[in-house]
Amino acid sequence: MPEADIVQLHDGAEPNPARLIAKLENVVFAARSRKLVDGLTFSLRNNGITTIMGPNGAGKSLALRLLARLLLPMDGYVHECGLAARDIALVFQKPVMLRRSVKGNLIHALKLHGVNRRERPERLAELLRMADLEHLSSSPARLLSGGEQQRLALVRALAAQPRLLLLDEPTASLDPQATQAIEKLVMQASNNGTKIVLVTHDIGQARRLAFDVVFLHQGFAHEHSPAETFFTEPQSLEAMAYLKGELLV
Amino acid sequence: MQDIQAAFLAAFNLIVSLDADLFEIVGLSLTVTLSAVAISCLLGFPLGALLAISRFPGRGMIVVFISSLMGLPPVVVGLTVYLFLSSAGPLGSWQMLYTPTAMIIAQTLLVTPIVAALTRQIIEDLNGEYSELLRSMSARRRDILSTLLWDARYSLITASLAGMGRALAEVGAVMIVGGNINHVTRVMTTAIALETSKGELALALGLGIILVLLSISINAALMSLRTNMERFAYA
Repeated sequence: MPEADIVQLHDGAEPNPARLIAKLENVVFAARSRKLVDGLTFSLRNNGITTIMGPNGAGKSLALRLLARLLLPMDGYVHECGLAARDIALVFQKPVMLRRSVKGNLIHALKLHGVNRRERPERLAELLRMADLEHLSSSPARLLSGGEQQRLALVRALAAQPRLLLLDEPTASLDPQATQAIEKLVMQASNNGTKIVLVTHDIGQARRLAFDVVFLHQGFAHEHSPAETFFTEPQSLEAMAYLKGELLV
Repeated sequence: MQDIQAAFLAAFNLIVSLDADLFEIVGLSLTVTLSAVAISCLLGFPLGALLAISRFPGRGMIVVFISSLMGLPPVVVGLTVYLFLSSAGPLGSWQMLYTPTAMIIAQTLLVTPIVAALTRQIIEDLNGEYSELLRSMSARRRDILSTLLWDARYSLITASLAGMGRALAEVGAVMIVGGNINHVTRVMTTAIALETSKGELALALGLGIILVLLSISINAALMSLRTNMERFAYA
């Protein structure tokens, strides 16, 4: 088996044979002469949900933008193994709603991804059902509640049938009920074979969803462990402190 | 004072009696203005949008240039179009001078920079909001342009209204290239200027009242459409 197909998650962990889907290797990105990530390295395998955790400014959202090809690294590499740009979708913390109806937002996504006119009604109905937004299909998307907007943003991203779905704190400002609805959708997508990378500050959410955790601090991946290991025996001092609720500065 | 009152009364009579000459002038004015604004929107919307989303060397200069064209003196535009369309000019063989087409060309030249400059600003603001989303959806340039133009459609009403205001009120350029020929190229503004100079205040006032009412009605209708759409968060 080629080297790329077996990558240690962290020192001492079992090698994971799941297929490598993307890899950041010694990535450097700076803005206004300040390095925001420096030597960032981790791999993503198609084996469940990967959560990226860490304090504010750790480089979590930046890592997602690098994976989504919205930013290019100044140094290092972002490998996306066999993924075309259209195989990657990103959902933002604050959902961006087009100035259209709920249905209009989804049709726009379906059109962009080349779904032909005949197939659209069926796909549209399926996406509305997934998001539980059938009753609001004609409502202006920008007048939906935060939770509804985020559900719409999530199914709109799924309209492309992405192989890699990047979620940037999708439940950051949502109540538990709305969070539960989003988590259900995320689990569904993961079970259907979409690789999910979820940035979250919510340790409870990471415990519920994560297969593995990448812990970032000051633009560097301090740890990449299976979730169980991360929450019970974190390997790095920074992750230990973070999980204890200490302030990492 | 009595003269003015009599002029207002005569103007009112011309309007309510649907005076043929008066409404012929109004009809031509609307044809010329609406045609010029429509062509300007067809040119200015994509041009402004393209400038809003593109980054290339010299872009800043083009933006400044187009913005400065918003203040183009109409008589200079009229003179330029006259020189091109006059029999000695490069397009003289087209024989378009002193026709409504020449007036539409002159007004289009005046209105397009206004529409393009305002469109650029509107689309640039919207692109700030949509850019990452559309790029994350792997939208091609063509898709980005069409999405931005469609979603900004109600805001772009403001741009077209500004152009319409300029075209409706414009007198210098259409006077030069149209010649203010009765039943051929006489529009409201040139007729008002002519009738006032002749002391025929009734027709001038009648046209003036219609011009103001038209301007207010078109603005009110489009602004109310925009306000309604804002309520539904589509603008």
